Amino acid sequence: MLVHLPILQVIVPLMAAPACLILGRPRLVWLFSLITSGIAFLISVSLLRQVMSAGTISYVLGGWSAPWGIEYRIDELNAYLLLIISAISTVVLLAAQTSIKKEIPKDRHTLFYVLYLLSLAGMLGIVATGDAFNVFVFLEISSLSAYSLISLGKDRRSLWASYQYLIMGTIGATFILIGIGLMYQMTGTLNMEDLAVRLPEVTHTRTVFVAFAFFIVGVCLKLALFPLHMWLPNAYAYAPSIVTAFFAATSTKVAIYLLIRFTFSIFGISFSFTTLPLQTIFLTLGLLGIFVASIAAIYQKNVKHLLAYSSVAQVGYMIVGYSISTTTGLMATLLHLFNHALMKGALFLAVGAVMYRVGSTQLRDFQGLGHQMPITMAAIVVGGLSLIGVPLTVGFISKWYLLLAAIENGWWPIAILILLGSLLAIVYVWRIVEAAYFKEPLIDREPVKEAPLTFLLPVWVLVTANIYFGVDTRLSVQVAQAASQSLFGVSP
Amino acid sequence: MNLSLELMLQLCIILPLITTLGIVATGRNQNLREGVTISAALLVFYFVINLYHGLQQGKHINVHWGQIIPGMQLSFTIEALGMIFALIASFLWFITTIYSIGYMRSHHEKNQTRFYCCFAIAIGCVMGIAFADNLFTLFIFYEVLTLSTYPLVTHAGTEEAKKGGRIYLGILLSTSIAFFLLAIVSTWFIAGTVNFEPGGIFGPEPDIMIVSVLLVLFVFGIGKAAIMPFHRWLPAAMVAPTPVSSLLHAVAVVKAGVFTVLKVCVFIFGIDLLDKLPSTQFLLYLAGATVLLSSLVAMRQDNLKARLAYSTISQLGYITLGALLASSSGVIGSSMHIATHAFGKITLFFCAGAVLVAAHKSKISEMGGLGRQMPITMVAFFIASLSIIGVPPAGGTWSKWYLLLGTMETEQWILMAVLMISSLLNIVYLLPIPIRAFFPANKASIGDVQIKEAPLPSLIALCITCLMCVVLFVYPQPLYELATSIMETSGVVHGQ
Amino acid sequence: MILGLYNYWVVVVLMMIGFYIVIAQGNLIKKIVGLNIFQTSVFIFYISMAKVDDGTAPILADGISLYSNPLPHVLILTAIVVGIATTAVGLALAVRIKGAYGSIEEGEIQARDNQEC
Repeated sequence: MLVHLPILQVIVPLMAAPACLILGRPRLVWLFSLITSGIAFLISVSLLRQVMSAGTISYVLGGWSAPWGIEYRIDELNAYLLLIISAISTVVLLAAQTSIKKEIPKDRHTLFYVLYLLSLAGMLGIVATGDAFNVFVFLEISSLSAYSLISLGKDRRSLWASYQYLIMGTIGATFILIGIGLMYQMTGTLNMEDLAVRLPEVTHTRTVFVAFAFFIVGVCLKLALFPLHMWLPNAYAYAPSIVTAFFAATSTKVAIYLLIRFTFSIFGISFSFTTLPLQTIFLTLGLLGIFVASIAAIYQKNVKHLLAYSSVAQVGYMIVGYSISTTTGLMATLLHLFNHALMKGALFLAVGAVMYRVGSTQLRDFQGLGHQMPITMAAIVVGGLSLIGVPLTVGFISKWYLLLAAIENGWWPIAILILLGSLLAIVYVWRIVEAAYFKEPLIDREPVKEAPLTFLLPVWVLVTANIYFGVDTRLSVQVAQAASQSLFGVSP
Repeated sequence: MNLSLELMLQLCIILPLITTLGIVATGRNQNLREGVTISAALLVFYFVINLYHGLQQGKHINVHWGQIIPGMQLSFTIEALGMIFALIASFLWFITTIYSIGYMRSHHEKNQTRFYCCFAIAIGCVMGIAFADNLFTLFIFYEVLTLSTYPLVTHAGTEEAKKGGRIYLGILLSTSIAFFLLAIVSTWFIAGTVNFEPGGIFGPEPDIMIVSVLLVLFVFGIGKAAIMPFHRWLPAAMVAPTPVSSLLHAVAVVKAGVFTVLKVCVFIFGIDLLDKLPSTQFLLYLAGATVLLSSLVAMRQDNLKARLAYSTISQLGYITLGALLASSSGVIGSSMHIATHAFGKITLFFCAGAVLVAAHKSKISEMGGLGRQMPITMVAFFIASLSIIGVPPAGGTWSKWYLLLGTMETEQWILMAVLMISSLLNIVYLLPIPIRAFFPANKASIGDVQIKEAPLPSLIALCITCLMCVVLFVYPQPLYELATSIMETSGVVHGQ
Repeated sequence: MILGLYNYWVVVVLMMIGFYIVIAQGNLIKKIVGLNIFQTSVFIFYISMAKVDDGTAPILADGISLYSNPLPHVLILTAIVVGIATTAVGLALAVRIKGAYGSIEEGEIQARDNQEC
């Protein structure tokens, strides 16, 4: 059984998705999905333990050995990502049933869970697989279900947002497909391990350059790197709250994983960063993203939009850490993957609770919520502080490592820019705080009660995690360090 | 009680935090709630006294709470400078609680439970800062202190409070994130440690340019020290209720700032290195400018609390200046000034609050003749003013004396002149208030007034702090010994 | 040289046509058509790159030693399925958008959204 964990990780949610249709009753389906996701989480925990103690796990599908058959490879980085995705998915699902009651018509509840599980399976698949083409297939599984999930939003703009995402996402995925095709053309293999061995022999060819370019652009579309982020704010803002919470915490992370995996393990650092000016490009785009998106966030009227732009900015931080391309820099990125998932998960879920009670996420509808929904708003405050990077929250840990990485490289101006960027976070977070605590509720809005326990529980699980992993960083730092060291160890 | 010193030290930090639970639990019953606060304050003070005795006996205490980031320990220790700060803060927490009872009740403030909670958290953070064994620990408590005092500053919940809170949080968080954090990470990278070590941690031959920049980052980053141009938060924070202003902005928050500056100067840079840095001179003049300018601004304020706020900025400038002088007299003067100014300024704030509660006056121009109505308050105000100015019979005399000595030792004649002029300005903006109160310009307008002082708890509180000003003059030895032993632990006692 | 690689030229031209349609057309259906052309060009690219000169279909038979590479063909079957699914989702969305907005012209939809804000 234990041997089969890598495939079970993906296959359990994948098989559970159609099974939902048989169950039919929404509550039952919810419970079933929750259990499925919980099992995925347990599997990922066990995988991480295995990897940390015994090293990389290789699993060959159907017994066809590696370069010919499809291989699932779990090293520290994979296990870490699997853990993030399955954990967030499980916590978010806790609140799902309550949340979608208000946001999605009843006859679509079952379908919602089907899509959710498919999307989960897709993301887990991208991370677990060691085969380049498999990446594309899983990417499309998760994307297609994502488009549908987003279009379930109450507002009709969700349809339009979903359509735009579909166009952008498909272009991105097709670019990735071209990239993979060219790689295959040059090496005759799709296995990542094998690619890593064979690509260096042909790196001087123009074909590999083109493959690299297509792949990177495709991935950057998916991870919403500035200026390819245009699809993200609307998609996050109009999707059902649960979907937003899930995607904001996971989907861009998966794209960043792909970026790291391909540039570090497959193409190799010397090719990605020395032969090509990737470092400068990513550093510039990352920093621009931080500033442009943070400033855009300040001017948003809808809290979901605000947080979505903040997500784009946070992706900027991850890209900056990545572009530093040292062990510490990569570690900062990996830590921020984890930490940002916790913050944004908590924040979007709490905003979902507001949506549930108030029925809107406009900033002016937050007025007076500090007194009407104190527990939810407290969660938003803590999540916001974490976003700013206040000590004792996870945000501080990421910021610390990012700074350290910049300073270690002697990039003082970058360090200063990173810090200035986080000052902008204070501004947009405080707009929510001031609306909630210092303004009287709008007269035309009915007074509301505190969110139900099904919301408060998952929200506070994530908030507590925000604080816990801000104080006890052993787990996150250790795994991130191991992952980033192994990435630097593998590649030349 | 038979607790080990280690445990007491931890309790000093944890107990105020636990107290919040008690405060929330007893929130319905005013008396019980305030009882909880007072007993916690007394306990903490008792622990600090015990720690003080421990320090006198030369005991070393180290407490580790584990690492947050590899290499970054949360650890605490006792040391003379921190002890001064801890003693003052814990003692004044107790006094201020007594004062608040009178003030908050007669002023019918809302959300008193929240008020006492945040208050307790803030004190816990102050204790954490005082006993911090490294910059990292200090920084964490420093930030939490900022956040926990934000609800206190904006207590009123009005538009004005919101604006004040915005400036308060904006400046304090921005400076600490943009400069202080950067300085800490850089220090960690350059020196490989962020522990407070006697004589500094940068080794014998650091890169002077980089370390100079670091010093500037530190001094600006510690926004709580209110060095110009990052002083605006202090007047802005005056929207808070008076007990908050008094404890947090005369004692805890601002003193946390200058305490950190002192600590960084003495234990991160070391005064020998400080002396060599080119940026020290620049910062000294900046501190001098802060002293003078804010005194001038204070003269033009008609709102009593605003005048006191600017006076505080000026006095904080003294302490920063003393720390940067890089001489033992300067450090002694600064650390003593932390104490003497604390007692002086808190008395003044208590008086301001008492006037507000009893006579409903906040403007200085309206306070003529108030001496007949509130004689005790105004006498206390007078004595505290003397302490701030630095003339006998008040404690401020000694600290200012050592600060002057420091400027003389280092031959900073301009700064010496600045200190002298500023003391004159102190006289100009502080003394007229009690004098007018007793000898109004327009006697006719004062009709037949009866004595109507502030509520008894408040009155007792302000008498005690006023008395302490005098005690510090008559009996400054313990304070002086503590202050001198700061330099002894750093092993570089010059002269004296 | 140029003629010898004509299959790649076809791919590039198709790709550009498809990409252009996606960007330039305001009609949602036409955008999806463009997307299809764009994807199809990639399919052709995969299929043609697997062709080995003089190679036959990969069926084991006597006397034949040169086969075309079957793997990309198989891969592209998957990609075609994915493409169809994408088209289906896209068209479904277009139908819903038509229902909700009463239009499938990008400009009009945007204008209606702007009115709401």
